[in-house]
Amino acid sequence: MGGEFDPRRHVLVPKHEILSEEEVKEILARYRIKPSQLPWIKSSDPVVKAIGANPGDILKITRESPTAGKAVVYRYVVKG
Amino acid sequence: MRPPRAIESIHFTLLSPDDIRRISVTRIVTADTYDEDGFPIERGLMDRRLGVVDPGLRCKTCGSGPRDCPGHFGHIELARPVVHVNYVEPIFDLLRSTCRKCGRILLSEEVATKFREEMEGKKSWWEVSDKVLQSVSKVDKCPHCGEKQLEIKFEKPFTFLEGKNRLTPQDIRARLERIPTEDSTLLGVSPEIRPEWMVLTVLLVPPVTVRPSITLETGVRSEDDLTHKLVDIIRINQRLAENIEAGAPHLIVEDLWELLQYHVATYFSNEISGVPPARHRSGRVLRTLSQRLKGKEGRFRGNLSGKRVDFSARAVVSPDPCLKLDEVGVPEQVARVLTVRTRVTSFNIEEMREYVRRGPKVHPGANWVISPDGKRYDLRYADREELAKNLEPGYVVERHLQNGDVVLFNRQPSLHRMSIMAHKVRVMPGRTFRLNLCVCPLYNADFDGDEMNLHVPQSEEAQVEAKVLMAVQNQIISPRFGGPIIGGVQDHITGVYLLTRRGTLLTKEQAHQLLIEAGVTASLPQPAVVRGGKEYWTGKQIFSQLLPKGLNITYRAKICAGCSKCMKEECEKDAYVVVRDGELIHGVIDAHGYKALDKCELLDEMVREYGEEVTAEFLNKVTRLSIAAARMLGFTTSIDDEDIPPITKERIEEALEKARKRVEQLIEIYNRGELEPLPGRSLRETLEMRIMEVLAEVRDKAGEIAEKHLSLANPAVIMARTGARGSMLNLTQMAACVGQQSVRGERLSRGYVGRVLPHFKPGDLGAEARGFVSSSYKEGLRPIEFFFHAMGGREGLVDTAVRTAQSGYMQRRLINALQDLRVEYDGTVRDDRGRIVQFLYGEDGVDPMRADNGKPVNVSKIVRKIIGVVEED
Repeated sequence: MGGEFDPRRHVLVPKHEILSEEEVKEILARYRIKPSQLPWIKSSDPVVKAIGANPGDILKITRESPTAGKAVVYRYVVKG
Repeated sequence: MRPPRAIESIHFTLLSPDDIRRISVTRIVTADTYDEDGFPIERGLMDRRLGVVDPGLRCKTCGSGPRDCPGHFGHIELARPVVHVNYVEPIFDLLRSTCRKCGRILLSEEVATKFREEMEGKKSWWEVSDKVLQSVSKVDKCPHCGEKQLEIKFEKPFTFLEGKNRLTPQDIRARLERIPTEDSTLLGVSPEIRPEWMVLTVLLVPPVTVRPSITLETGVRSEDDLTHKLVDIIRINQRLAENIEAGAPHLIVEDLWELLQYHVATYFSNEISGVPPARHRSGRVLRTLSQRLKGKEGRFRGNLSGKRVDFSARAVVSPDPCLKLDEVGVPEQVARVLTVRTRVTSFNIEEMREYVRRGPKVHPGANWVISPDGKRYDLRYADREELAKNLEPGYVVERHLQNGDVVLFNRQPSLHRMSIMAHKVRVMPGRTFRLNLCVCPLYNADFDGDEMNLHVPQSEEAQVEAKVLMAVQNQIISPRFGGPIIGGVQDHITGVYLLTRRGTLLTKEQAHQLLIEAGVTASLPQPAVVRGGKEYWTGKQIFSQLLPKGLNITYRAKICAGCSKCMKEECEKDAYVVVRDGELIHGVIDAHGYKALDKCELLDEMVREYGEEVTAEFLNKVTRLSIAAARMLGFTTSIDDEDIPPITKERIEEALEKARKRVEQLIEIYNRGELEPLPGRSLRETLEMRIMEVLAEVRDKAGEIAEKHLSLANPAVIMARTGARGSMLNLTQMAACVGQQSVRGERLSRGYVGRVLPHFKPGDLGAEARGFVSSSYKEGLRPIEFFFHAMGGREGLVDTAVRTAQSGYMQRRLINALQDLRVEYDGTVRDDRGRIVQFLYGEDGVDPMRADNGKPVNVSKIVRKIIGVVEED
């Protein structure tokens, strides 16, 4: 086997970004929620490992959608 | 009654023998229930201290009557301990992983401490106890006392063996007693529970209120299944005690003990594998504790999640084309029983007085009157004249169901929200519920004996809610794809086709007759044709009278043949539909116009532009118009619609013969080994595919030949082409050739070795031998063909049966998973705890019900409307 494969290079993996603190605040205020009410993503997820996110971070995922063209969703990174 | 309170938490635990004795109000010793006079025997299973169910008696514990006494528990002291069947597995784990002598866990102190630390602070300790169990399994010497461990085996349902010796429940209990609590905790037992409680020494007896006896009309008492089971337990328990007392041989005591174990086990659950179920004297299987709770008819799914209701009725349904779309015909008999609670006000007092005077037997009457102080008067017996006089605002009258009342109408299976809709009542003679034909596709109802349910909302709030949210008109647009799903069915389509096709000319009398049947009273437009001094109107003109002014739409009808060059308005089939300003100018109306569950161009446009009320009214009228038109213009069909001339028949024969030859040829090539395999297929598969191809082709070809003689002058063809009923395939199967029968998408091959039926040679791969039916339905099938046809038909039946069962279960699981999700005002989809499931419903936030064919907006349609250009493309 060659070097470690970066899952972000795969065509089917959408764009993941770690949100800054201000952005997190904005998101939580917009939906009026606690971070735990967001959908979760495990810290063992290959993409989470690849971008170096830690439990407690919130990810912004931008992906193609058959209905809306582009859809933005958020994930709360949990231990696992 | 105490006021209801919110449940904060539920705690499941085991009862210790002392707990049971403390809860118990009496020890039960006799198996008898009642004495000769029918009075409960003291210390028997029906002891009056356990509560009362018969009226007139008082509970000896709490002193209250059957209505207020909640019942009280008793207990049975078992002569010998027995294991609790539902705890055999934890018992097995505990026995395996502790020392047979000192009772300590088979782990050294350090390892045990490590595991204890790991358990510390964890909500669920199962994970750890699983690991403990694993690490203990190989130990054969106790690290605490050095005792050699023997292998313990568990034989279902409740026997434990150590080496060759059987462990009696007494031995087991003794061992469990020796396990220190901190060690049992390691194995997943809560610290407040002692493991030996899993072996019963005392049995809790539920109150009589849990197992009431029934008195039949004959006066014979019949006891509940649980009571029967408890009688068995007490009998055996008593015999066991006596035998032990008398010092009976070991073998007899063992046998009785085993029997006691069996009875106690079946008392908890009568569905233990490996244990014959306990039966009633009649041979019926007893329904004991766990069966009361389990399954579809158990306490949870049957009584708590599902309940029975009042103010409902069920009857056979039948059609009534004269009813409005949103009406339901209710038999007078039913209307006299179902009531609506109506509060008397100064506005309706005279009306209510009249209902009260008429009483329960005459239709628009009333059954009960409730005075403001809560007293109920039964109008069957009360002085109605007097009551009517005394009626004043504040009284409540339970009056009969009458025309215009809102009711919910339902047909099972309730698969989508359109399976329950709000209708308006129309009281009529007869004994069936009547409904408009246009709503049949929604309920999936037909009239071969279908029954439907009706519910009467009682409060004003409920009535309004039903009317606003559930009315039939509100369901014209499907929430599934945003198009109309209510529309014409069957003859509605043929009728309107006959009316709107070219060449339909109507005299003044005929035109008036049709319009009045549709309920249109407007005067006729200018006649289209004046011939020989007589005025004639086209069917299109008559149909246009139902369309709202200003409606513009252009589309292709169902009968459109899809010609490579569309002739548009000059289409020779008149399949190019043009409506301008509510006037049908070109084209015929067929399934694409307004058939339920089809394209519904006309209805779609109408709902969007004019709303549901207008559309519902259009449907009311157009269905009556089309039926009237079909009646006036004449429409019938019979098997000679599928007649084809002998020359055509010969040509079909020829085509079939050619195909047969071609198949033989293919087989020969295959036998010679010269067949070229298709990529990824074996030779045999290639041959099958090629043969199937040839045979499918010839079926289509035979159909084509026959179709040349099946023109739109043929009523059966009219039905198929307009989409009213049946398909051209159905017709060609009747007229020309049925075609290849298949099971699992392959030609028939199973039956005898190398052949389906003994009429063929083994290994015959020819068309006939493998289920090709060359006859038509009309000619009739040959016996062998008939058998092949039955084989193919059987698959269809099995498929539908399997599909309904599977999809039903899938739906149940989906509902359980999705029932608490909802769309919040900010567009997010959240569950019952406010956790986000989707950030924007469907990722685009579009309600499919309000979308145009799945898209939020149809831009070209809007542009066309604004610019005023009506032409398509």
